[in-house]
Amino acid sequence: MTTLDLRPARGIHVPLKLTVGVAVVAWLVAWFSEAPLSDWLTFSVLGLQRGSHFGEAIAFFLLDVPKVLLLLLGIITVVTLIRGFFPPERVRAALAGRGRLAGTTAAASFGIVTPFCSCSAVPLFIGFVEAGIPLGVTFAFLISSPMVNEVALVLLWGLFGPGIALVYMAAGLTVAIVGGLVIGKLKMERYVEDYVWALQGKGGTVVAIQLTWADRIHDAWAYTKDLVRRILPYLLIGIGIGALIHGYAPTELVAAIGGRSNPFAVPIVVLIALPLYSNAAGTIPIVQALLGKGMPLGTTLAFMMAITAISLPEFIILRRVIRWQLIAVFAAVVTIGILCIGYLFNFLIA
Amino acid sequence: MKKIEVLGPGCNNCQRLEANAREAVALTGVEAEIIKVTDYGQIMAYGIMSTPGLVIDGTVVSYGRIPSPGDIAAWLSK
Repeated sequence: MTTLDLRPARGIHVPLKLTVGVAVVAWLVAWFSEAPLSDWLTFSVLGLQRGSHFGEAIAFFLLDVPKVLLLLLGIITVVTLIRGFFPPERVRAALAGRGRLAGTTAAASFGIVTPFCSCSAVPLFIGFVEAGIPLGVTFAFLISSPMVNEVALVLLWGLFGPGIALVYMAAGLTVAIVGGLVIGKLKMERYVEDYVWALQGKGGTVVAIQLTWADRIHDAWAYTKDLVRRILPYLLIGIGIGALIHGYAPTELVAAIGGRSNPFAVPIVVLIALPLYSNAAGTIPIVQALLGKGMPLGTTLAFMMAITAISLPEFIILRRVIRWQLIAVFAAVVTIGILCIGYLFNFLIA
Repeated sequence: MKKIEVLGPGCNNCQRLEANAREAVALTGVEAEIIKVTDYGQIMAYGIMSTPGLVIDGTVVSYGRIPSPGDIAAWLSK
């Protein structure tokens, strides 16, 4: 790979370090003042009753919206910056030519740091196939990518602590790796569209582009603003549902459907989650509310994974490169994996 | 006349890149034609995997990000 220095000249601008410094301080101030502020707002200014359904629901909402927004703004920017050093083109080079198990594990891991634009799913898929990466390895990537993404991990960390975040990551990676291995063994290459195979070996190698830190930070922030704007509806709906659950859902109902006493809890919540789709960030508030109502961790994890991993919009996009039979197998393998994770964690944390 | 190709399936990012490219052309006054490449086969042939991509006179100048009109104008002036 040759490198071209195409760094564009930048006009007059505020010193980068100053901007970044101010931004970090502003974020920290907002983060630490947010909880007391929203508490004061709900119960003093609005005069709602602590413990009342409506009061608690509003409190949840007012607490969560700024907190989640702050986390998202901060985290997505930082992660995008880091991810700028791992473009898919380089990931592909790293995955090509590895053994089955190593390749599948690596692909699942790379899926954690992949970008959000679902329009990249198709070029990514084609690119991997082009480079001769086995189908199973590619699917490990496709499974882990929407499910175990950095936003979800950081939100989980920020709201529940590192333990749950790591558990979720481990569970997601396991489903992705096992799913990838299984799909690889099923030898479903003939269900990939022919034109994709025709492109094998045709891809060129592209020049690495030099970017300055100013470029990277500017890009990361622009991407963050755009992404948060796009997931805001999902987020608000998620927080809204979370608030309703927190304020109104009787604990007995949640226990009856999703609780430990119900042996079918896991399949039921997964079934509910299948037709639903949300960006991972939007599921977190719901997860928060459900856990608060006493839903077991395994069941909640299964619910969250099922919402993000199985999505009709993504399947429709993948239809450009994969036939329905393979998409169905993909969905089935992931669903079974999620069910196993749900039961396993309920069992382990009994 | 310069040949500018915007690579991508047509989602929002690709449209923004095209808009930026048009603005860059207006800024520099360079004679250029802007072509949208949406066929994946052609996009992959350039070796990129993250859209949108920008190609000027056959050279890939950007991929996976949306350069500003200023950036593109600088490339056009080279």
